[in-house]
Amino acid sequence: MKSKAGTVRFMQGNEAVAEAAIAAGVKIFAGYPITPASEISEIMSIRLPQEDGIYIQMEDELASMGAIIGASMGGKKSMTATSGPGFSLMQENLGFAAMVEIPCLIVDVMRVGPASGMPTHPSQGDVMQSRWGTHGDHPMVVLSPATVTEAYNLTVEAINISEKLRTPVILLSDAIVGHLKEKIEVPEKVKLINRKMTRQPAEKYLPFATGEDCIPEFAERGQDGYRYHMCSNVHNELGFPNDSGHDAAERMLKRIHRKIEIHQDEITFYNTFDVEDAEILIIAYGCVTRSAKDAVKTLRQEGIKAGLLQLQTIWPFPDKIVRRFTANVKTVVVPEMNLGQLISEVRLNSCAEVVGLNRADGLVISPQAIIDKVKEVK
Amino acid sequence: MLQIKEHMRVNKLPHIWCPGCGDGTVAKSMIQAIQKLKYDKDNVTVVTGIGCSSRMNNIMDYNTFQTTHGRAIAYATGFKMAKPEMKVIVVTGDGDGAGIGGNHLIHAARRNIDLTVILINNYIFGMTGGQFSPLTPHGDIASTSIYKNIEYPFDICKLVEGAGATYIARGTAYHYALTEKLISKALEHKGFSFVEVITQCPTAYGKRNKMGDPYDLLMWQKDHAVPVEQVSKFSQEELEDKFIIGEILVRNDRTEFIEANEQLKERARSIKGGAGK
Repeated sequence: MKSKAGTVRFMQGNEAVAEAAIAAGVKIFAGYPITPASEISEIMSIRLPQEDGIYIQMEDELASMGAIIGASMGGKKSMTATSGPGFSLMQENLGFAAMVEIPCLIVDVMRVGPASGMPTHPSQGDVMQSRWGTHGDHPMVVLSPATVTEAYNLTVEAINISEKLRTPVILLSDAIVGHLKEKIEVPEKVKLINRKMTRQPAEKYLPFATGEDCIPEFAERGQDGYRYHMCSNVHNELGFPNDSGHDAAERMLKRIHRKIEIHQDEITFYNTFDVEDAEILIIAYGCVTRSAKDAVKTLRQEGIKAGLLQLQTIWPFPDKIVRRFTANVKTVVVPEMNLGQLISEVRLNSCAEVVGLNRADGLVISPQAIIDKVKEVK
Repeated sequence: MLQIKEHMRVNKLPHIWCPGCGDGTVAKSMIQAIQKLKYDKDNVTVVTGIGCSSRMNNIMDYNTFQTTHGRAIAYATGFKMAKPEMKVIVVTGDGDGAGIGGNHLIHAARRNIDLTVILINNYIFGMTGGQFSPLTPHGDIASTSIYKNIEYPFDICKLVEGAGATYIARGTAYHYALTEKLISKALEHKGFSFVEVITQCPTAYGKRNKMGDPYDLLMWQKDHAVPVEQVSKFSQEELEDKFIIGEILVRNDRTEFIEANEQLKERARSIKGGAGK
């Protein structure tokens, strides 16, 4: 995520997502209004036409998700943005994107749920939905920003990962990061990755055949005879329904998982603060990272050896990172603005005892609440 | 005249449709329309959803996507924005297009995006075994309405007319030559075009409603179709159990969506820096 320092701007998290998406080459945005994500739509409706792109306001989130998949099938980078209720409506088509290996970005600016919840107070309630929202076994890549700068950088990363691995990627933001305004250095240029294009002639091209990297190659449609099929059924290497071959079905499903697994290290982003000698490790992600960072500073001033591991990639879960940073600590505290979602994964991988700190009432977890929790378990 | 197999993936045959199904007839009308218009196969995209109709593009040698139930129009909308130079056709059914996907149909018509939607209406959910659809006639028998359908169907052509479609037509499997002509005109129309094609489902609909074999079902289409030019000869009462075939509506007073976007981009560029910053 290195980039030349650029223009200093005072920017909202949602605006950073929109600007980053344009910088990363998104040309088509399809969305449906929902707070607290609507600014992304509004900004895209202004900015995309200036960049020869198209903003389309769809009739619902099912359509938004369908349209961005269709746009990506046509070779354009595409995205949508929503919040919990809309994200639920996108899930079926999100599964299509995972299985048919269509790159696209879905931004979920989380608010309190279930149902309409508390419109539109912040929450981290969609952690499990982002991983398991669609039916069936599917891989999913989910990144979670804590600051406006991270919202920008992780949006670029998300688009690049989706293009490289031919998979949908979710940016799991929240109402705090989305609506927060901070100073940000907008890079002059960002790293751009485009999907791998095939060099096979049309008559030899197999749209779902892969090499060892497990990533299929894309072919531009409308020329040279690349008239291939893509379907929502479990399919063979030609892209056709695979109604009888159970071995081929298992091969396909395992490959789309393996594709993510073998690239896990390069898509795992995290930050650490004061972890070297930490006895108590706080593991946080998204907006809660901000309070956790503040808490660690205060605890250190009081002589308490606290540290923070911020997970920016939350799915696939950074199991190795969690094992590494929990190896020498006494206790792990996982503050989350939900009733305990990512903590289950932390428990599975932690070398130390894990304690949760949860609130799901639409209010932030304050630094003091984290400080109190650390002192309680110390 | 080209053989239709030149636009087919013959190695994908046999198709999955039942004997006597009308879907194959519609496929033939569609391919012949494309052939006569001399479209390059590379430049044609056919998007489908779920249901018997959705299996049509498996056997067609175009760019083909079979998507999720009801959402083909949404996918096609995105694809058309990415590939505006392509002819994009959606093939759907009465369940897929008028039921679960009805909302997308309304809004694609309203946007006047240059898609051609062919809705095959066989009055039933065929693939799932014959449940009543939003277009199953009142009083008919389906696997989920064995005590007779208590719901009322609606005129899907009138719906898309209300929504603002700029080309609307209806054909049948029986009137396959007319259907080919209507599809051809729909494809050449710039803007949202819609063709309903009434077909027979002998397996899941005709049998339950004691309508006879596929031949009888085709004759039913012949007997109940009123060419649009002859509507005035019939009384309202006579028209009650009939349907109109032919070109129902053509209008050219709305800018097509992609073209409207190009105009919008011009306006956006002219104020760049002034908006949104």
